[in-house]
Amino acid sequence: MLQTFDISPEQIEAEQLYKEMGLSDKEYDMVKVILKRQPNFTETGIFSVMWSEHCSYKTSKPLLKKFPTKAPNVLQGPGEGAGIIDIGDDQAVVFKIESHNHPSAVEPYQGAATGVGGIIRDIFSMGARPIALMNSLRFGNLTSERVKYLFKEVVHGIAGYGNCVGVPTVGGEVQFDDSYEGNPLVNAMCVGLINHDEIQKGIAAGIGNTVLYAGAPTGRDGIHGATFASDDLAEDANKDRPAVQVGDPFMEKLLIEASLEVIHSDALVGMQDMGAAGLTSSASEMASKAGTGMEMNLDLVPQRELNMSAYELMLSESQERMLLVVKKGREQEITDVFEKYGLQAVAVGEVIEEKIFRLKQHGGIVADIPVDALAEEAPVYQMPSKKAEYFKEFQQMEMEIPVVTDYTEMLGKLLEQPTIASKEWVYNQYDSMVQTNTVVTPGSDAAIVRIKGTDKALAITTDCNSRYIYLDPETGGKIAVAEASRNIVCSGAKPLGLTDGLNFGNPTKPEIFWQMEKSVDGMSEACRALGTPVISGNVSLYNESRGKAIFPTPVVGMVGLLESLDHLTPSYFQHEGDLVFLIGETKAEFGGSELQNVLAGKDSDEVYSGKAPAIDLKTEAKRQTQLLDAIHHGVVQSAHDLAEGGLAVALAESIFNEKGFGVSAYLDGDMTVELFSETQSRFLVTVKPEDEKRFTEAVNDARQIGVVTSDSTYSVTGNGKKVIEANVHTLCKRWKGAISCLLKSKA
Amino acid sequence: MKFAVIVFPGSNCDRDMYHAVKEVLNEEADLVWYENSNLENYDAILLPGGFSYGDYLRSGAVAATSDVMKQIKEHVAKGKPVLGVCNGFQILLEAGLLPGAMLRNKDLAFMCHQEALRVVNNRTLFTQSYVENEVVRFPIAHGEGNYFCDEETLNDLKRHNQIVFTYENNPNGSTADIAGIINKQGNVLGLMPHPERAVEAIIGSDDGLNVFQSIVRNWRESHVANV
Repeated sequence: MLQTFDISPEQIEAEQLYKEMGLSDKEYDMVKVILKRQPNFTETGIFSVMWSEHCSYKTSKPLLKKFPTKAPNVLQGPGEGAGIIDIGDDQAVVFKIESHNHPSAVEPYQGAATGVGGIIRDIFSMGARPIALMNSLRFGNLTSERVKYLFKEVVHGIAGYGNCVGVPTVGGEVQFDDSYEGNPLVNAMCVGLINHDEIQKGIAAGIGNTVLYAGAPTGRDGIHGATFASDDLAEDANKDRPAVQVGDPFMEKLLIEASLEVIHSDALVGMQDMGAAGLTSSASEMASKAGTGMEMNLDLVPQRELNMSAYELMLSESQERMLLVVKKGREQEITDVFEKYGLQAVAVGEVIEEKIFRLKQHGGIVADIPVDALAEEAPVYQMPSKKAEYFKEFQQMEMEIPVVTDYTEMLGKLLEQPTIASKEWVYNQYDSMVQTNTVVTPGSDAAIVRIKGTDKALAITTDCNSRYIYLDPETGGKIAVAEASRNIVCSGAKPLGLTDGLNFGNPTKPEIFWQMEKSVDGMSEACRALGTPVISGNVSLYNESRGKAIFPTPVVGMVGLLESLDHLTPSYFQHEGDLVFLIGETKAEFGGSELQNVLAGKDSDEVYSGKAPAIDLKTEAKRQTQLLDAIHHGVVQSAHDLAEGGLAVALAESIFNEKGFGVSAYLDGDMTVELFSETQSRFLVTVKPEDEKRFTEAVNDARQIGVVTSDSTYSVTGNGKKVIEANVHTLCKRWKGAISCLLKSKA
Repeated sequence: MKFAVIVFPGSNCDRDMYHAVKEVLNEEADLVWYENSNLENYDAILLPGGFSYGDYLRSGAVAATSDVMKQIKEHVAKGKPVLGVCNGFQILLEAGLLPGAMLRNKDLAFMCHQEALRVVNNRTLFTQSYVENEVVRFPIAHGEGNYFCDEETLNDLKRHNQIVFTYENNPNGSTADIAGIINKQGNVLGLMPHPERAVEAIIGSDDGLNVFQSIVRNWRESHVANV
């Protein structure tokens, strides 16, 4: 860590100290041009965090512009704390996903916990009550002690924070692959509910208005967190522990209640949380958005340590802090509310006309920077892009059908793969039911949260199969959006829009930038085809350790609307005698499949190869529309999408519950393909015999493949011969116990 | 009949409790902030779940020392009902209104799911709408729900029929499978599982409604009798 005192502007330039803070030579020169002088130590720090990838999106901005962000029901697109979509009755849904990968790699409990805290603040700073949390996690394989530790502690961290603040964690996903071994991914999504007239904005409007600092005092934690998050994880990442923040969920809970109380006061002008780059980004962004300036006296900022420098105060990422702009003369009304909850809210500055970000400390000016230079005018780079060599190779490969001899045993093995296995060990630790709105608890295609006082509910999912995206970023990007949408549709809801959590490696490597570019292209195309705008998101780059990048992982967090709870459709079978239909044809597609993973064996260098499964977005859209229509007409008993492990796994998941059903399926063709291929745009649906005609009239590409039985046997007949016969309880036990078993076994 | 749902800093099931009583049961209820409150006009007090004071020190320990507890003790002395759920139960233990203590769950992890409970005593004002030995399903959501007491206390609890709910498949290591106990006077119930999360079939179970209905029924009966 740099010493923060007695370093002159001349010294910063001569010794190139700006580089340690993350500014390039060119960027430092830009700063000098903007200021028409050398920046001092504090100013250099401020520029370096605001121009870090994490805050400025300097390399990803040109890509993010490609996403469709508009639709008639979008009330707020990207740019504010979170996006907002109208859901009727003067209500709207607010949501966003955010990553906390780098902190979680070095200090998993606090990294994950503060990730949850940060995303919740993004939601309630818009004026919305947070009603649901989701998370999308990626780890290495559960074979090393380090990975097991990261996995356990990340889950504990999410539970520790989320449970305490009283926002239910209703679902999410966890996947395991070697590429995440040194660099796990922790993406947290929060969904909030708001009335239209309560929508807040993070603006510092009204010259002379007062800037209030509310919540926890500022300490020396998380200094330069945003810069840390904008670089590769170092071998000795432990030294970066001071860049990790420490969370206090109790404080957050008080802050939620106080903030949601002050929005009812017309004394409040704007509100924003202090997230990445803390006081620096919240203050300068609020001023920049309002076209104003801001002057703050740092002596007034509540501090929990002595002798904090301006640099430390401005760059600290201490948690549970909010910045408010309040009408001049009416500060007391607001501070009284915070006081009721035992929180400090103090005036630290005022909105000024001159578009300058001016900071004072100990009677002197410690920073004097044009506001727009920090936010809107941050540099933007068009990085060089190069098609990856491996991709060219994979595209040339002929698809061979893998050899499977014992289908029953292979099904059991697939069910034990941690990516497929039950995540009960994880979600049992999350309070998924507080607020008493959770209709469908974790473990289904999409979580369902009802909206009290209406007959409506929200469907929420997170998805991203990064293996496909690695093999073929464009196709994989399309699949990520399509799969999320499939999950929403299966629950009976209409997809509304999505938030994207883009996780990639080092963008200065042309092949990585190519992955980013192509996956964004694919996602954008799918968004347009399926009518799901991107309303918010987050970019996390430099996810590399020991020079190796993670699989490209643009997580899709999607929200859908159930217009009526009557449309609610479970993902598992409902009645004995129901007919089992498969929508969509099955092709020999094994690139990136779970079968490929199982067959590659432990010591294989390159587990995944070949082409990703193909996807035709027109077919996808047609099937989703037809299935949703059929659901709305009441002819569908259950619906489940086919994903990792193909039809064989989807059938098993449909009978792994307390109902004790079995399934008897009849298939023709190559059994390895029929059972384990991961061809896209397929659904498993059950229909009552009397509804068969109405169903097949509504859905074109469906064919009956079996029937729901009551004998707890999983049975598949292939080409007239029995190919799988297994006891459902035995299979279910393997599926349920796999993760805790892996955690207990010694490496 | 009028319920008070006490809100401590960090309570997070307060609104759920309120919803159960006010919107599902259609009874009068208020959310009452723990400071400067007057509980005189309430017929029953509900202590909701959550993490009062962040569970710092020990769960329930700080809330148990707050001023509002004095009023709650007066309310108890008058024979009026108090129901503490989850963190509310922990507060009642810390305040000495119920015997025993909570330890961390035996697996040392927070757990949240539906649990089967047995109503072992339906002759209380909180359970009279249940059938004796009825098995019901309530959600649990706690990290410290492992009820502990010494043998003497346990014998005492048994002798006075103070064990009201037990777990069918003890999830957390609780002594004698205890999920809920009542005081000797029969007007303070502490319950680790959440009846207020089991009041509508759409959210998984409505088995908990009878807890609130029992309280109301008892009040109506005694109220009518008094008139």
